[in-house]
Amino acid sequence: MNNDLDAHNQPLAIKATGLVKRFGKHRAVDGIDLAIPQGTVYGFLGPNGAGKTTTMKMLATLLKPDEGSAQIMGHDLLKEPDAVRTCVSLTGQFASVDEDLNGIENLILIARLMGYPSRSAKKRAAELLDAFGLQDAAKRQVKKYSGGMRRRLDIAASMIVRPDLLFLDEPTTGLDPRSRNQIWDIVRALVTTGTTVLLTTQYLDEADQLADRIAVIDHGKIIAEGTSGELKASVGSGVLHVRLLDPSTRAQAQQLLSDALKTKVRLSSDSATLSAQLTGTKAASKALAALDANQIDVSEFSLGQPSLDEVFLTLTGKPAENETQKEGAKS
Amino acid sequence: MSEEQNMAKMRAALVEQVRPPRPNGIATSLTFAWRALLKIKYVPEQLLDVTFFPVMFTLMFTYLFGGALAGSTSEYLQFLIPGILVQTVIFTTVYTGVSLNDDVSKGTFDRFRSLPIWSPSPLVGALIADAVRYTIASIIVIVLGLILGFRPTGSILEIVASIVLVLIFAFSLSWIFTVIGLILQTSKAVMGISMTFLFPVTFASNIFVDPATMPGWLRAAVNANPVSMLTTAIRGLMGGRAAVAEIIWVLIASAVLILIFSPATMYLYRNKR
Repeated sequence: MNNDLDAHNQPLAIKATGLVKRFGKHRAVDGIDLAIPQGTVYGFLGPNGAGKTTTMKMLATLLKPDEGSAQIMGHDLLKEPDAVRTCVSLTGQFASVDEDLNGIENLILIARLMGYPSRSAKKRAAELLDAFGLQDAAKRQVKKYSGGMRRRLDIAASMIVRPDLLFLDEPTTGLDPRSRNQIWDIVRALVTTGTTVLLTTQYLDEADQLADRIAVIDHGKIIAEGTSGELKASVGSGVLHVRLLDPSTRAQAQQLLSDALKTKVRLSSDSATLSAQLTGTKAASKALAALDANQIDVSEFSLGQPSLDEVFLTLTGKPAENETQKEGAKS
Repeated sequence: MSEEQNMAKMRAALVEQVRPPRPNGIATSLTFAWRALLKIKYVPEQLLDVTFFPVMFTLMFTYLFGGALAGSTSEYLQFLIPGILVQTVIFTTVYTGVSLNDDVSKGTFDRFRSLPIWSPSPLVGALIADAVRYTIASIIVIVLGLILGFRPTGSILEIVASIVLVLIFAFSLSWIFTVIGLILQTSKAVMGISMTFLFPVTFASNIFVDPATMPGWLRAAVNANPVSMLTTAIRGLMGGRAAVAEIIWVLIASAVLILIFSPATMYLYRNKR
């Protein structure tokens, strides 16, 4: 296989140049370039309607790009779609399992389609259900699964034959924290086996936890790209929230924090709390120490990660728009 | 079980097994047919359209209109049963489009379309499963007819041939509904549009009445209707005197339907957003 190499001579899982997809006049994807090394996790971060799913669908051969070209695991996306399909797998945003069938039937279906003979298909399906903690739900209709179980089954279906490249479209949207952690563990286990993962997410936290590199996408364009560390450095390391025991000390606290952090301190609507954008976490402990030294009692404080909104605010100068209408119109 | 053990188990399940050889198009189509038939197990009411409706239509037409149309109900039965067979199976084809639309809107087809398989196989598989439903419907109509007093003079072979002919035509006609199913947004819309098309096509035929009493222009249209040709062909086969010309016309009509609508279906399927 003649794989493209990146700057460090790593073979690339995806190399894309100038991908464009138009829906009518709307440019859903507007010139996206990618170079994703094999064996890594790559995150698309952006609000609804930014073009994440559309880009993913093009890379998975489900949509034809209007412009641009791409190589997936060394295969040309446009000229060899079938070769591309043999090395990728897609877990879509809306569960791509069959709700009417039960868990094991869903996996047997995919196993048969991948060429497993009847008996080994059953064996493989049972093995994956077990590995994904779904063995007790094998005979239950997927309709009755929880969101997290459905997601796990969906990913298990993608793993019948482990793909070289897995597309995960918003794998944890709408899941509770425990299910979300389970999905994260699955992705981590997967990467150790050599599969490259491309995932889309609306949560900076998720991209931070999983992705080696992140592309921030807005209006069909990549507006920032880098490791999560690089992105955070560009937006500051987060927000310090402080709640005071005595609201009457807030004015003094605001002055002290502002001196210690050398930044603007905002007063919240709650009369006892204030918050400030941080450039580094060290400053936060100094600021809290300053409050303590002045006998201002803090009932609660937290160091929040910058949210997607803050990333967008910094990168684009405007908050992330949730273009749900556009997203709805194209599905 | 500890976290580590869980992770180890998962890694073991993920680590490469031998990839099985790629299955051919027939195997994958049959797998999709298996999927469609499995659904009957969970949603048995989807068989209502092939069981309840033919029984209702046969009884209604025989006893409400039979006497008026043909002098007696038993005489009308001999005329009606081949026609009701055609009508039942043709109405059943609508569900092909409805269930395809459901699949597409739920995202299940996104996965199928990204699999390394012969790409028409999800559609062909669904049509094979539908053929099973059409066969059930055909058998119900004929058995009910026999109970009510329908006495075909054709041989068993000719009756089987007539069912096969109906199946061929239904399979070809289904491709119209797959096109409709892929174009429209909701399965309700698919149902509505398809029925709006099917009612005139089946009633403006010789299924229920002999077109001899119709005005000339309508009679011409009715006689040119492939549904009329199919009905005449089936009446011929069941009556033991095969209408060869009609059979050939039905086969030609089927081929034309497939040639036009199956590429259209595949185009829409591949380019579906």
